[in-house]
Amino acid sequence: MQLPAPHKSHPVRAEQIILFRASSQVFAVSSSSVQEVRSVDSLAGAAVEINEPSIPKVRHAIRRGDRNQYVVSAAMHFDLRPSPAALIFMLRKPRVALLVDGIEKMTSMTRLQALPGAFCYEERVWYRGLTVLDQNVIPVVSPAGFLTPAEISLLDAVTGSQALSEVTGAANSGLSL
Amino acid sequence: MSWMEQLDTRSCVLLRLGERRFALAAELVGELAAPSRVFRFAHRTPEIDGVILRRGRVVPVCDIAEKLTGKKLAQRRFYLIATRGKGKSVDWVALPVSGECELIRADLTPAGESDSPHVAGWLSHGGEVIEVLNLDALTPGSEPAPSRLSPEVSPEVRA
Repeated sequence: MQLPAPHKSHPVRAEQIILFRASSQVFAVSSSSVQEVRSVDSLAGAAVEINEPSIPKVRHAIRRGDRNQYVVSAAMHFDLRPSPAALIFMLRKPRVALLVDGIEKMTSMTRLQALPGAFCYEERVWYRGLTVLDQNVIPVVSPAGFLTPAEISLLDAVTGSQALSEVTGAANSGLSL
Repeated sequence: MSWMEQLDTRSCVLLRLGERRFALAAELVGELAAPSRVFRFAHRTPEIDGVILRRGRVVPVCDIAEKLTGKKLAQRRFYLIATRGKGKSVDWVALPVSGECELIRADLTPAGESDSPHVAGWLSHGGEVIEVLNLDALTPGSEPAPSRLSPEVSPEVRA
């Protein structure tokens, strides 16, 4: 049996992507799913601490309008060795801000191959597929794969109760004066 | 009727994993490739070592030696690139092998009820009884995966 070549590509629209590093591994994310890139330093003081043991990859939330955006450590999400993060990608959807080590480069891809069926665990949720750039295979992350709707609801509940306890604490301290 | 149910003389590829030899139906074999760079990225499927690139296609590398012989391959001399699955879900896997492969024709005996799921049948060659492998049972992803599966992805998505 001859190993068939993949289907010949028709001219396709290129998709702009950002290659980023998390714990020395390179990933790609569609530029259109990143609303803003910030330095970690710029968020000092603006982020609320979260301590939800069931979701250790989220330690902070950032208030954006009337909703929270949850800061996910890319290294922890992908089970990689923790590394000093320098940048935050504010994603458009869902309410996730991704903590990454740095940007490798911005480029474009013209073909996205589905993750082979032999990969059968969380990676199927993590990635939209794989792309080949300069003879390297790069996983293209799925923004929806960082937090499930259930995890976002749980984090909303946790931050909501934190805010409530802060308000209550402030009111109590006011009364004691 | 599957190829094993026909119970006749078939072409098979003999492959070597360490000291032992196994067989695979020739119609499932794409090619024998020299070792090439294995690309590794974060994932949670322990049986998959990484992926290789063959003719523009991304092929997962699955070391089946540990399951079959109890030891990982000390030396990978080639990748036997084979198909698994049925119908639309057919995909390719690269199996590291430790020696040259041989194409033979042999009489096959179908697997019995007491055989392990990874045994598709048996053949006799050169005084040796050799297991014919069922890759669907040996490689991950042939069964529905555990929790948190994403919606079905088309075989190839264009950007």
